Amino acid sequence: MSPDMEETIRTVLGEHGRLPVPVQQLGEADDLYQAGMSSHASISVMLGLEDAFDVEFPDHMLTREVFASISSMKTAVGELLAS
Amino acid sequence: MTAFLDSLSAAAALAGEHAEDVDAHSRFPKEALDALREARALSALVDGVPFDAVARACELLARRCSATAMVFAMHQIQVAVLVQHRDAWPWVETYLADLSREQRLISSVTSEIGTGGDMGRSVAAVEPGWTFTKQAPTVSYGEYADDYLTTLRRTPDSEPSDQVTVLSLGSQTTATKVSNWDTLGMRGTCSPGFTISATVAPEQVLPIPFGQIMNETLVPVSHLLWAHVWMGIAGEAFERARRCTRKSGATGGTAKTQRLSELHGDLVATRAQVAEALARWQRESSEPDRPALQTMSAVLRHNVLKTSVSQAAARICMGAMEVCGIAGYRNDSPYSIGRLLRDSLSAPLMIANERLHEHNAALLMVVKET
Repeated sequence: MSPDMEETIRTVLGEHGRLPVPVQQLGEADDLYQAGMSSHASISVMLGLEDAFDVEFPDHMLTREVFASISSMKTAVGELLAS
Repeated sequence: MTAFLDSLSAAAALAGEHAEDVDAHSRFPKEALDALREARALSALVDGVPFDAVARACELLARRCSATAMVFAMHQIQVAVLVQHRDAWPWVETYLADLSREQRLISSVTSEIGTGGDMGRSVAAVEPGWTFTKQAPTVSYGEYADDYLTTLRRTPDSEPSDQVTVLSLGSQTTATKVSNWDTLGMRGTCSPGFTISATVAPEQVLPIPFGQIMNETLVPVSHLLWAHVWMGIAGEAFERARRCTRKSGATGGTAKTQRLSELHGDLVATRAQVAEALARWQRESSEPDRPALQTMSAVLRHNVLKTSVSQAAARICMGAMEVCGIAGYRNDSPYSIGRLLRDSLSAPLMIANERLHEHNAALLMVVKET
C-alpha cells in the first residue's frame, strides 16, 4: 500500500467523517464507529472515497465493516484499484 | 405456520373483545397478553416458530386490537435480536430458556432524552460496576415488562455512537415512571417516560456492537413486524369500508365504489411489497454470516419498506373513512374507522419518516442497485 493512499483516506475522513478527534490521532486499525463516526457520516466517507480515488464501490463492499477502520478502507480501495 | 396461528385464535378474540376499552382508557391489553402467554406465543421465536408465522400473527392481532399487536410485535423484535445473536452470546441461552418457561415480556429502552430521536446515539453509559441509569422519554409497556433491553454507550468515555445493548432482568431493574401516556392512538401500548436504572452482570451485555445489531436484525425485523401490524390495521379499515359499501346496496358506478376499488389496489400493492421484503429477509438472514444484511443497500430497502407501508396504512384508513362516510366517523357504528385511523397515524411519526428519507437520500447517492 502506498503511503499516499493512506494520506488521501485520512483527508477524506477528516472532511467527511465528522469525528470528534483529529484524524492524525487515529491508528490505522482503530474502530472509527467507536471513535464517534455516525452511520450517516460513514455514507459521506464512502462518497468522498469514490470521488477521491475515482472508483465505485460495488454494493457488496458498501458495508459497515469495510468502513470501520482506515486499514479496512485501504484494503477495499486497493482491491478496486487493482481490478 | 397454521398450527401456531390457530393457537392464537383465543388471544385474538379476547383482544378484539377488549379493544375499545383498552383504547378508551389507554390501558394495557392485559386479557390478550395473558392469553398470548397461555398460548406460549411470547417465546414463539425461541421455540422454533418461523419468523413469517410471527409476522402473520402481528397482522392478525392488529385486525382485532392494534395495541395488542403492537405490544406483541415490539416484544418479538427484542426476542429476535436475542435469538439472532445467540451464537455470539452464551449467557443468553439460559435467559431464553427462562423466557420460554415463564413467558417473560421484554421492553425496549432505546429512546433517550438528548439524542434528538436518533437511536444510533446514546447519552447514558455502562458505568463501572456494570450499572446504568437512562432517561427514556417513551418505554412501551414499561410498567408491565418483565425485563428490559437497553442501549447505552459502551463506557463512560465512549462516543455517543459507540453503543452496546444490555439485557437487565426485572429483579435487577428499577423502572420509575416519569410522565403520562395520553395520546391520539397507540393508547394501549402504555408508553410513558421512564427512568431506568439497573445493575447487571458483565455477561448481560450483548457482545456485538449495537450498530451491527441494528443493520442485521433490529432495523429489518422492526420494519417487517411493524409493517405487518400496519397492514392488519389498514386491512381491517378496508374490510369495514367494503362491508359498509355492501350494506348500502351499491355494487358499482358510484364515487364510493370507485374509491373502494382504488383503496383495494393500494392495499394489494402494499401487501405485495411487504411479502417480497419478508421473503427476502427470510432468505438473507438464514445465510451463513448474513453478508447481504451487512450492506447499505439492505439498509435502504428496509428503510423504504417502513416509509412506504407507514404512509400507505394511514392513507388506506383515511380512504376507508371517506368510503364509510358518517358511519365510519361515528365511534359506535360497526363501520367505525376512528380508532384504526388514530392508531395508523403514529406509523409515519415513530422512527420519523423525515429522518429515514434524509438517510435514504444519502444512501441513494452511493448504493448502486436501487
